Amino acid sequence: MTQDIYVVIEHIQGKVSDISYIMTAAAKDLAQHEGGEVVGILLGSNVSHLKDNLALDRVILGEHPDLKDFSSDAWKRTLLAVFAEYSPRAVFFGNTTIGSDLSSSIAAHQDCPIINHCIKISDQGLVTSQICGGKIMTDSQLSEKTTLISMIPGGYKPEEGQGGPPRDVVEFPVPDLSDLKVKVAQYIEPDTSDVDISQEKVLVAVGRGIQTEDNIELAQELADLLGGTLCASRPVIDQGWLPTSRLVGKSGKSVKPDLYLSLGISGATEHLEGITGSKTIVAVNSDPDAPIFDVAKYGIEVDLFDLIDPLLEKIEAAKGG
Amino acid sequence: MPEYVEYWGIPHQWGSPSILVYSVMFLAAGILLVRFFLKARLWWKAGRSESRWDRIPTRIWYLIKYGIIQARVLRQSYPGVMHVAIAWSFFILFLGTALATIHSHFFRFLSGSVFSFYKLALDLATILFLVGAVLAIYRRYVTKPERLTYQPQFTWTLVLLVLIVLGGITTESLRLAVEQPVNAAWSPAGWLLARGFLATGASTEVLTNLHLYVWLVHLLIVATTILTLPVGSLFHVLTGPLNIFFAELERPTGTLPPTPTTADGAPIYVSKLNQLTWKQILNGDACTECGRCQDACPAHGAGYILNPKELILGIRSLMDRVKSGQAGYDLPLLDNPGLSQEALWACTTCGACITECPVLIEHIDTIVELRRDLVIEGSIDGELQDALTNLGRYGNSFGQSPRKRAQWTEGLEQPVKDATREKVEYLWYVGDYASYYPSLAELTRKTAAVFQKAGIDFGVMFKGENNAGNDVRRVGEEGLFEMLVEKNIKAMERCDYQAIVTTDPHTYNTLLNEYPFPEKRPILHYSELLAQLIEEGRIQFSNPLNFRVTYHDPCYLGRYNGIYEQPRKVIQATGCELVEMPRTRDRALCCGAGGGRIWMDEGNVKERASESRIREAAELDKVDYFIIACPKDYTMFQDAVKTTGFEESLKVLDLIDLVDKAI
Amino acid sequence: MTEIVVIARLVPDLVEELEIAPSGKALDRSWLRLIINEFDNHAIEQAIIIKERSGAKVTVISPDAEGVEDMLYSSAAKGADRLIKLTGLDEEKKPTNKSLAQSLAGLIKEINPDLILTGVQANDDLTGDLGPQVADLLDMPYVGYISGVSLEGSTAKALKEYPGGLLAEMEISLPAALGIQASEEPPRYVAISKVRQMMSTANIEEISAGELDTEGEFTIERMYLPEAAEKAEMLEGSEEEIAAQLTSVLEDLGLL
Repeated sequence: MTQDIYVVIEHIQGKVSDISYIMTAAAKDLAQHEGGEVVGILLGSNVSHLKDNLALDRVILGEHPDLKDFSSDAWKRTLLAVFAEYSPRAVFFGNTTIGSDLSSSIAAHQDCPIINHCIKISDQGLVTSQICGGKIMTDSQLSEKTTLISMIPGGYKPEEGQGGPPRDVVEFPVPDLSDLKVKVAQYIEPDTSDVDISQEKVLVAVGRGIQTEDNIELAQELADLLGGTLCASRPVIDQGWLPTSRLVGKSGKSVKPDLYLSLGISGATEHLEGITGSKTIVAVNSDPDAPIFDVAKYGIEVDLFDLIDPLLEKIEAAKGG
Repeated sequence: MPEYVEYWGIPHQWGSPSILVYSVMFLAAGILLVRFFLKARLWWKAGRSESRWDRIPTRIWYLIKYGIIQARVLRQSYPGVMHVAIAWSFFILFLGTALATIHSHFFRFLSGSVFSFYKLALDLATILFLVGAVLAIYRRYVTKPERLTYQPQFTWTLVLLVLIVLGGITTESLRLAVEQPVNAAWSPAGWLLARGFLATGASTEVLTNLHLYVWLVHLLIVATTILTLPVGSLFHVLTGPLNIFFAELERPTGTLPPTPTTADGAPIYVSKLNQLTWKQILNGDACTECGRCQDACPAHGAGYILNPKELILGIRSLMDRVKSGQAGYDLPLLDNPGLSQEALWACTTCGACITECPVLIEHIDTIVELRRDLVIEGSIDGELQDALTNLGRYGNSFGQSPRKRAQWTEGLEQPVKDATREKVEYLWYVGDYASYYPSLAELTRKTAAVFQKAGIDFGVMFKGENNAGNDVRRVGEEGLFEMLVEKNIKAMERCDYQAIVTTDPHTYNTLLNEYPFPEKRPILHYSELLAQLIEEGRIQFSNPLNFRVTYHDPCYLGRYNGIYEQPRKVIQATGCELVEMPRTRDRALCCGAGGGRIWMDEGNVKERASESRIREAAELDKVDYFIIACPKDYTMFQDAVKTTGFEESLKVLDLIDLVDKAI
Repeated sequence: MTEIVVIARLVPDLVEELEIAPSGKALDRSWLRLIINEFDNHAIEQAIIIKERSGAKVTVISPDAEGVEDMLYSSAAKGADRLIKLTGLDEEKKPTNKSLAQSLAGLIKEINPDLILTGVQANDDLTGDLGPQVADLLDMPYVGYISGVSLEGSTAKALKEYPGGLLAEMEISLPAALGIQASEEPPRYVAISKVRQMMSTANIEEISAGELDTEGEFTIERMYLPEAAEKAEMLEGSEEEIAAQLTSVLEDLGLL
């Protein structure tokens, strides 16, 4: 076994995902403790240019037409071939809709351990994970065997993993990918007629705490007053109160506004992932233990309905004066 | 000496007039009875059986009180006077005809002064009727209140009744004009009309002939009225009293019936016409379409689709379809005019419809039974589903940890006893809202502080308390209600206490009326306890308040359980001047939160009941405080004063706020 | 008949405050309140939706835990045909997902299902996600973050969520395992009386899980609550005062 730390690079629609930079940053930390290099595994079709901005030492490039779309079957077969040839100390996967299809499956196949929900590599070189919706932290030591790590955002800024280009690029012969059991039949693009919340400077976000569809109007009023846009966490979107284009978090968008004012969002990990790029987060929630307060700059522990009216008044007054 | 003369002026050469009259009348009555039987038979044929034959004397008393005296009808002055004028006059006129029959065939007594009084009574009844008829005509064709049904059969009924009475007075006056008896003045209206006939200078013969024609027409109209009774709006004179006679006597309104079961014990969830009981179907045919329920209904007033009148009439129209052979008895109840899921869910179970109904229709039992089926089918809105899931899981609708139920006690100077561990005199059943709702915590602490100041030995059950289930039951989640009852009774059995006190009228209602306590102990609403403490001098006020206030009767305290005086006593004891709203006591408008509405999506609302209520209070002269005695009311009306813009001029205060300020 | 297996688990209820065991390396399970993993709840719903749409036999398998019977009976009330409780688990220690997956794979192999559905994740899964591990051991393809499935012959058509709101319609050869993010329709409500009725009519089969590894292949050095220092600056006072403070924060940010 080498001491090298591997990163399975994620990209979507021709762009490297933030999680890949974050994993690279974590891998660098871990490599320092383990004394190896940071190696990226870049799979896809015509993707070699994607490596250039990552702070990797080396890249293993596997290109094949069947790797163009994300088929967990194709990617798993290829990765298993990579690991058969190389012997990493640890491998980072994103705890994302892509990486999660692979990491635990490969761990089972290779009979090696996997540490889930890693947010940070500690100063001691331990894998710090956040579980139970962010209410519990664990520090774990790598196993003797190759250890897989499933990474969530929040502990590193994407910039920390930027750099490159990598010193070395090794083209990897992709194994036979015939008879794939998983195929993408078609993509269903998100509705692009709506505003792109990832580009907005001011976002007012609503969660389960908004309680009813009618109350969305109240939040809209606040957003209008601040010249911002309304977005939401999963429960609100599931209820159909706002379109999917306004979903923030794991299967929605990652946002980076100057102000993220969250109303009645408790802050499940899937949601928090999408807001780490925000400059200032203000959270309003009636539960003092809500995890959103762990990432917010300002916290307000009240019933949001008691706050909105006086807040609207004060803001109006401030704008008037 | 004047005496009643049978068939005055009816020529005998046609045969005995009595034979004509009796054959016509018996024929009409016979046909009526057959038609009525055919209709009534369907109630039992379509409906499930249900015994309503107990307590016959009470049932007869109800018949007198609500059917004859018409106490419910008289709750409202204009329509009350209008209806009793018509109904009572007909009772008298009918009695008059009956007495005449007795006189003719059995016992001759209508002579001399008895006869004169008899004539006077009938004449006055005629005048009374005419007053009622004029009121009815004015109402139906001029003021046209929204709640009435505007269909030809109501006009038809009114025309028939007016013609019957006019026919009667005309024949009477023609007789008077011809006979000019010594006691003519005892029929003032008849005599007045008679003098009119005389003034025309018509001969005796003309008048006698005219009398004959009018009499014949009168007879035919009466027969027609009897014949058409089952299809016209007068049918209620039969079904109304029946419905009153078979009213629910076993249960107070605050006690819902359990889910009915089949003979072999399988639960019946009502979704089809033939799953209703015969009594519930009778409700449909008994409805007089007076619209009082519609007027009183907070959901209807707020602009929801629910209309209790249309809901009950929906049952009637389904039965009509069955009768006409268009459908079988297993007709689905919902998705029909008046009967929809949306309508069922809009009900706050406030009980106003039941309180107003002149024929004692039981709307809420039917609504809850239908809701039970929707719950079993899982046809509930997302918010209600969340609330019920939380209630099942945590025992509160907020989805909060049971360990946080008594978190409000933090910050109290004196700790609150844990009644599951220590003996207490009063077990305080705090309830969900007072326990968990963030803006109520301060009020709950204030209540505790007042209890402490009054030296009451009390405790709460901390995490042992679950939602009492009043509204869970009214939502139709009977299984969850039963589960909550089991848990709560178990928890309470662990406590050593003398009485239960609660600030929540909903909790109060279900504990009082629905909990199968193995050992009954007093259950008090805090208004009762406060009134008692004030009376005993354990609470004394050193700082009389001099506020002008109004008081909102909570549905489950007032209408359901008749607690009207104690809260008012407490208010007055604090030195406040109480100004009543127009809709007060059992007429109080619901805040809109009851029956589980507080857990549901508000939907499309025109004007919230709570806002309408606040506007009502705001119209009172110089009233600064709106006093409530229910935690849910506090949240509802706090919102309503904000949304209506009366936040500055009208402050919502709990009863306990007044007591606390005045101590 | 299509066979569907749903793996449903109970997870720590985050409504309660969580406590760390005296060892400092695990959750104090005596304090835990357990609740159905919401994603598993969606998986059950999705299985029932498929059954109602095209017919299937649905088996729900759950590792034993306090409250698991209620959860199984409630699945039966929704329409599950067979209920299996995996017994013999250590009450104090959570098994690794790998050993649990091995035990489940052995059991599921005998059922020989066309489709395995389970929640895409569980909040306390430190040792990887369960679904992909079971799938691999049974040599089935796995796709997670699914929000709708229908079966067409030997293929499952499933909607998979990608970042940024992108959706893909996936074609997956059966037999397969899917990690459910959300069912097509939100999980239905099951009236308590229906659950209670199931308690007297439905049967829960108990099958031993066998020896499960609770130690794991990597060492947890420390388990702890997030440090308070990471917390936000809390604005305090009456609603009016908070509103004023927040307004001045917004002003400082140059937003007004």
